[in-house]
Amino acid sequence: MATDKLQIALYWGAACGGCDVSVLDTNEFILDVAAAADIRMWPIAVDGKYSDVEAMEDGELDLAFYNGAVRNSENEHIAQLLRRKSKTVVAYGSCAYMGGIPGLANLTNRDKILDTAYVHNASIETGNRVVPQPETRVDGKVLEIPRFYRRVYRLDNVIDVDYYLPGCPPDAGQVKAVILAIVKGELPPKGSVVGASDVALCEDCPRTRGEKKISRFYRPWEILADPDKCLLEQGILCAGVATRSGCGVRCPKSGIPCRGCYGPLPGVVDQGAKLLSAVSSVIDSKDPDEVDRILEGLPDFTSIAYRYSVASSLLQRSYQQ
Amino acid sequence: MSYEPKIVGFLCNWCSYTGADLAGTSRIHYAPNVRIIRVMCCGRMDPTFVIKALHDGADGVLICGCHPGDCHYSEGNYKMMRRYPLLKKMLADYGIDEARVRLEWVSASEGQRFADLASDMAQRLRELGPSPVQVAQATDMAER
Repeated sequence: MATDKLQIALYWGAACGGCDVSVLDTNEFILDVAAAADIRMWPIAVDGKYSDVEAMEDGELDLAFYNGAVRNSENEHIAQLLRRKSKTVVAYGSCAYMGGIPGLANLTNRDKILDTAYVHNASIETGNRVVPQPETRVDGKVLEIPRFYRRVYRLDNVIDVDYYLPGCPPDAGQVKAVILAIVKGELPPKGSVVGASDVALCEDCPRTRGEKKISRFYRPWEILADPDKCLLEQGILCAGVATRSGCGVRCPKSGIPCRGCYGPLPGVVDQGAKLLSAVSSVIDSKDPDEVDRILEGLPDFTSIAYRYSVASSLLQRSYQQ
Repeated sequence: MSYEPKIVGFLCNWCSYTGADLAGTSRIHYAPNVRIIRVMCCGRMDPTFVIKALHDGADGVLICGCHPGDCHYSEGNYKMMRRYPLLKKMLADYGIDEARVRLEWVSASEGQRFADLASDMAQRLRELGPSPVQVAQATDMAER
């Protein structure tokens, strides 16, 4: 297809749809994109089938945004396909970048997930043993559904990724800036995190910071938080200290602790370990028993520390046998 | 050959490393499984170091620092003391047995204590067997 227009595809893997909506959050800008580019596939908004993409020449697409994690064989198949057909592939959003919320499933395993979803659950008919199988025989024919993987993978576990655009979802202003940079060819080195800053969220947070000494942790609903003071200092677990800024501090500005969706700071390999280090060292006690008592205020710390990054943590998954 | 666990030991410069040194100069026999890395203070122990050691093939990690109240930097060992319970909880969530990571206080004069700790941990890990991390990582991408 000979055209000067930018050829684009957007795809969702294991995702909630929020990333696709964040593209629409760029408001009328998306209309300029639609005018300046051919959107060849975007399951949520435009027509365009897998077979259309399969029929393309290799490298025919200029840009592919892949959001969502890689949970099953269909996700991986499309990721491989887009990698072949597109000159640039961007891991769009925290799930493609780090495994995201679906990545939390790596703290359990496939058998337990299928068991909870189809066998042992209050809303499942007692005695049900029907669990989806990749292949089913019906009237002598074989029906296939995508294979549910043993764990969740990041996009760059299965394909070569050019850029990472973090966020759950990415900030609309950043999305716009990244699209413009790509159109103008003003791209940073391959493998860069784009649409985000290189400092911790705290640097941009308007709340006032003093000395951190925590003598009790609160779940957000247990306390009426001071609107101007650092949330962590008030005992509310905020991931800002271990998280890259660039989101516009959306959560702490509205009284909600940072959840860490923009991922680790540059040079950090394991976001959760950094948060653990920062949060526990400022506990205001020298008595091991009291420390234990204070830490009881953080039930399920692991899932909060690695809310978006289990699949990109050093350990990546549970090793429970 | 029978299985021997690999233990990475992070020892603080001021007390525990000197304590381990004393074990050596006193010619105390102890399990040779610990590979020692000297850190200036156990308060410098980023939990990432522990996770990285397990990720890269260690079967266990032993962290030793000055006894509470004796820290050369006055507060460093308390920082590690506070991280430890949360780190153990986190590793448990990743399915790693809590016996694989241990925090102990060893002073510069406790050569015997360090030797006993090293032997004890080696024995405990021998019973526990190889870390599941290496085994699983080798097959992780192949067996999706």
